[in-house]
Amino acid sequence: MSKKQKEMTNKPKITVSTIGLLIFFIVLAIIVLFPIFCITLAAFRPSKDLMRFGLNVEIDLAVMSFNNFIFLFTGENSYFMWFRNSLFITAVQAALTLIVSAVVGYGFAMYDFKYKNQIFMCVILIMMIPMEIIMLPLYQQIVGMKLIDTIWGIILPFIASPAPIFFFRQYLSGIPKELMEAGRIDGCSEYGIFGRIILPLMAPSFAAMGIFVGMNSWNGFLWPLIVLRSQEKFTLPIGLATLITPYGNNYDVLIAGSVIAILPILVVFLFFQQYFIEGMTAGGVKG
Amino acid sequence: MNNPNKKSAEAHRGLQSFLYSPKIAPYVFISPFVLVFIVFFIYPVISTGIMSFQTVLPGKTEFIGVENYTNLFNPTFLKAVQNSVVYTILTLVLLIPGPMILACFLNSKNMIGKNFFRSTLFIPALTSAVVATTIFRLIFGELSGSLMNQIIGLFGFKPIKWLRIQETSFAALVFLACWRWTGVNILYFLSGLQNIPEEVNESASLDGATVWQRFFYITMPMLRPITIYVLTISIYGGMSMFTESYMLWGSNKSPKDMGLTIIGYLYRQGWEQNNIGFGCAIGIVLLLFALLLNFAQLNLFGLFRKEE
Repeated sequence: MSKKQKEMTNKPKITVSTIGLLIFFIVLAIIVLFPIFCITLAAFRPSKDLMRFGLNVEIDLAVMSFNNFIFLFTGENSYFMWFRNSLFITAVQAALTLIVSAVVGYGFAMYDFKYKNQIFMCVILIMMIPMEIIMLPLYQQIVGMKLIDTIWGIILPFIASPAPIFFFRQYLSGIPKELMEAGRIDGCSEYGIFGRIILPLMAPSFAAMGIFVGMNSWNGFLWPLIVLRSQEKFTLPIGLATLITPYGNNYDVLIAGSVIAILPILVVFLFFQQYFIEGMTAGGVKG
Repeated sequence: MNNPNKKSAEAHRGLQSFLYSPKIAPYVFISPFVLVFIVFFIYPVISTGIMSFQTVLPGKTEFIGVENYTNLFNPTFLKAVQNSVVYTILTLVLLIPGPMILACFLNSKNMIGKNFFRSTLFIPALTSAVVATTIFRLIFGELSGSLMNQIIGLFGFKPIKWLRIQETSFAALVFLACWRWTGVNILYFLSGLQNIPEEVNESASLDGATVWQRFFYITMPMLRPITIYVLTISIYGGMSMFTESYMLWGSNKSPKDMGLTIIGYLYRQGWEQNNIGFGCAIGIVLLLFALLLNFAQLNLFGLFRKEE
């Protein structure tokens, strides 16, 4: 509060730099949003135009139409099959990863046991190794387990994911251990304490991590590309990637589909911004 | 309550009380991680280590010594390493100081609409690498009407075939990285700035410290932990870049391998050409490199995560 008052009293003195900063950031925001604006504009134009003239910002109402979107929704293409697959994998992966990682994070945060530090070092170890490096051994393991071309092949290796485990452990270390004692006195088992007392307290952290895991899953490319074989199981990013050809004959679906693919995550972002920011700053999400 | 006639019931109860004891429960809680760690990390890494000394063909596997490792010194792999390293260095140079200064601007008392700009600059990170690269592939198109060619046309330059020239194709890749990650790194630095007590800056300015002095002697040193974190994840992100290069050229093939990355090379050998033994050798070298990097970082900077 006092900070705000100070800001108020300072205000008249600093108008020049305020306006300077404001203009600077407005220009920056326009530059940043420009590519998305361009692709959206292109989605309303015939895809042949894109092949002939390239992506640009000329607005010609005479040629603009909803045709690409109409074709996307009603025409002969696989887009919504991919969309459905992505939605399904994202939902299942986010739910399972959250539950499993929360359980593990709880174990690390609330108990003292033998080899705890050594095992936790393993969590840090794999958090610090990019998945791409071990994808060949991982792939062979998935082949050996006959999980190729299945959703489980995509989900299982990352079900106890180090970044969420780390995040949940941090989050839980703020919860007093007396709660567990109280639960034990009331006759709860160790699992009852987790399920009935701790889990409800974790709800806010679930939102942040749900968005973190969900976004990675929705946007994932390389691992699903390796695991999935049949066209009818492709996720949205893989499906869209197959549309890039030198002939550009699929550009109507590619462009309109790219715009529609951004939408769900943008809508979630607009409503749950603070959880995005929490989730992003909690663990490294690069790549 | 209990049924003495049924031994199995008793055994079951015994197991139950074992699992429910407070000594065993923590191991039950962390068991999923241990399982995943063994099945999807330890075992595959060991078997990769073995296969890296073999040629692996269907029905025929032979030990060939260190041949897979000596084969690594070929021009294509060195080109891939060079590409990944150059890309990583360029992204580090641009994506650490820039967002740090932008975060300081956003955090300054003179700024209005801080949250609005923070969110707007973050929006590119919501797009997947596939969609983002599709957009940039078109922006950097070869046609004279594509956006980048129109922009340089304003300054009197002729259209460029961006993705067929080494330097300009890297410009496109780096441009894309900056577009997607500036907002994310701003978030990291903003969260780091929250940890600097306002009194420090105030007393410094009372002592007559200029804005620049305060930035170099107070803000930068206090942002050290978060900078090291951003540096680390940027190195990993840069060195393991694949999707952007794959999508920018529409497949893993770019002219003269100008966009080939280390992971792209691994993908080509392991999947496209089915050189599994050789692919395993690449994987092992990368793993050792990552472990070395982690080790160096832990030793140089301490366990920075402890500070969080």
